[in-house]
Amino acid sequence: MMKKKLLEVNDLQINFKTYAGIVQAVRGVSFDLYEGETLAIVGESGSGKSVTSNAIMKLIPQPPGIYAGGEILFDGRDIVPLTEKEMSKVRGNEIAMIFQDPMTALNPTMRVGKQITEVILKHNKKVTSAEAKERAIKLLDLVGIPMPEKRFRQYPHEFSGGMRQRVVIAIALAADPKLLIADEPTTALDVTIQAQILELMKDIQKKRNTSIIFITHDLGVVANVADRVAVMYAGQIVEYGTVNDIFYNPRHPYTWGLLGSMPDLKNNEKEELRTIPGSPPDLIHPPKGDAFAARNEFALAIDYEKEPPMFKISDTHYAKTWLLHPDAPQIPIPDAIQKRIQGYLEEAENSGK
Amino acid sequence: MANKLLEVKNLKQYFGSSNNPIKAVDGISFDVYEGETLGLVGESGCGKSTTGRSIIRLYDITDGEILFKGQNIHAGKSRKELKQFNREMQMIFQDPYASLNPRMTAGEIIAEGFDIHGLYKNKQERRERIGELLEAVGLNREHANRYAHEFSGGQRQRIGIARALSLDPSFIIADEPISALDVSIQAQVVNLLKKLQKERNLTYLFIAHDLSMVKYISDRIAVMYRGKIVELGTSDEIYNHPIHPYTKSLLSAVPLPDPLTERKRQRIPYVHEDATEQMKVYEVLPNHFVYGSESQIKKWTK
Repeated sequence: MMKKKLLEVNDLQINFKTYAGIVQAVRGVSFDLYEGETLAIVGESGSGKSVTSNAIMKLIPQPPGIYAGGEILFDGRDIVPLTEKEMSKVRGNEIAMIFQDPMTALNPTMRVGKQITEVILKHNKKVTSAEAKERAIKLLDLVGIPMPEKRFRQYPHEFSGGMRQRVVIAIALAADPKLLIADEPTTALDVTIQAQILELMKDIQKKRNTSIIFITHDLGVVANVADRVAVMYAGQIVEYGTVNDIFYNPRHPYTWGLLGSMPDLKNNEKEELRTIPGSPPDLIHPPKGDAFAARNEFALAIDYEKEPPMFKISDTHYAKTWLLHPDAPQIPIPDAIQKRIQGYLEEAENSGK
Repeated sequence: MANKLLEVKNLKQYFGSSNNPIKAVDGISFDVYEGETLGLVGESGCGKSTTGRSIIRLYDITDGEILFKGQNIHAGKSRKELKQFNREMQMIFQDPYASLNPRMTAGEIIAEGFDIHGLYKNKQERRERIGELLEAVGLNREHANRYAHEFSGGQRQRIGIARALSLDPSFIIADEPISALDVSIQAQVVNLLKKLQKERNLTYLFIAHDLSMVKYISDRIAVMYRGKIVELGTSDEIYNHPIHPYTKSLLSAVPLPDPLTERKRQRIPYVHEDATEQMKVYEVLPNHFVYGSESQIKKWTK
């Protein structure tokens, strides 16, 4: 069965005007998202992952932000040219966002219940306030908050961090959106709370067939939630594939770097962590050729001359590196990472028996 | 076994009124051996940062004893003794943005320690020392004249490390030194800390909530929960054979970069049960300590 395509982003370019010059924060990003699917966008700070997601919500302030090109097709309709008034019908209703910091995403002077019913009433004029309240309590229950009737009347400061993030999720779900954008929703939380929130999001996705764009820099979290993964670097997607493609057959040297910089807990290897030397490039003057070349130990001469295209590895897997060109030298996945992947795969095979 | 560098005995740190105190740290004991890294993990609010701050005398402790190289560090001390103690023990802070004075250059920040202690003879020597420290943490000598805002997060944390090293301490408390950094930068800083430890024979108390990095950097791990150390052992023991249900729960929540395992992940929820019997620390296996009552320990080790 072919799933329905919910979102299609084509060659999106976002610039910001600053005193120092024009920052090219997103430089031609394309991806699509199907119904009921989770796409994880990973990358370092400044790689453009948050700008991309904010652009889909049309939350980029203009000025200084500029939609410099490309289109964002949501349910087949391009939302880039929409006016603010038209967009307010899409935002919250069809696309909702969960923010990183549950401490600042809620209004401290407003009861939690009101913050949820506000959304319901705003997006559906026919609902009475009594109905809205009933629905809000159901939502609190859905996101796993005990005693929702009592909690409905409380203020955010009476909630713990994890409980607040649940409220933020309940607000995002209030208008029953088709697409949920979660921008580092668990980064500010403890591991145990993080695990609960991830379970909750997967559970809700199953019940409501919501599509999720999950932005994070934690690869462990990505492995847990994602169906597909896009790795971003310097405003571009450099590798794109299913979660298995990315974790078991990574092809871009930047992805190798990200994987290598996490300690390997399972195989008990205590070798030095692989690091990515240097820091991300200045996006006011993006480097010529491959933006990652300066930090890439496998860089080829052409990397400094010409930007690589997206090479197709399989039907689901693409990477933007000259190493995949048929004439490039064959560079295998670095040993340490290869060994680790093998360990994971062997274990999976053994436990399957 | 190496020498005990630090001994913490029944440390208590309470805050608030004496009638109804908040027991941030409630009677913990542990030793740190010379040259090792002891990881201290737990959720926010479990008292791990308070423990670190009590050890370095940022708080006056409520009860208990902390011995550093055999000397009680909270006992009355002369100015001279205090200065000596401060040279031995230093701290690296979590937030590299908040822990560097924005009005000082990197060189001034690093040199402040030895300015106070008068550890150089002339300007030439002072400049030389700053340069050495900057190079030791992977920065350039030229960086000495720059201000904190001119550095990235990872570079700032390196300056924080250089400052901690400036007095040639033997013991460093690192309070979540990497949690504010990007993954690839985290790896750089962890590698640097390991390298410095080897070169300078440093002992670390590494406080963090990220279990994967703690496991990687630590020789032994102490798990804290509600002001108590509930389990203490070598990092392999803790990771591979956890005994306390809280440790098990904590480990079951750590996501790994391995989708096949992640899809099957079963989180073990932790339900705290108060025992009616006497609670104390048991050495369940050699050098593997668990806190609980006798019947609890029996149940857990079954």
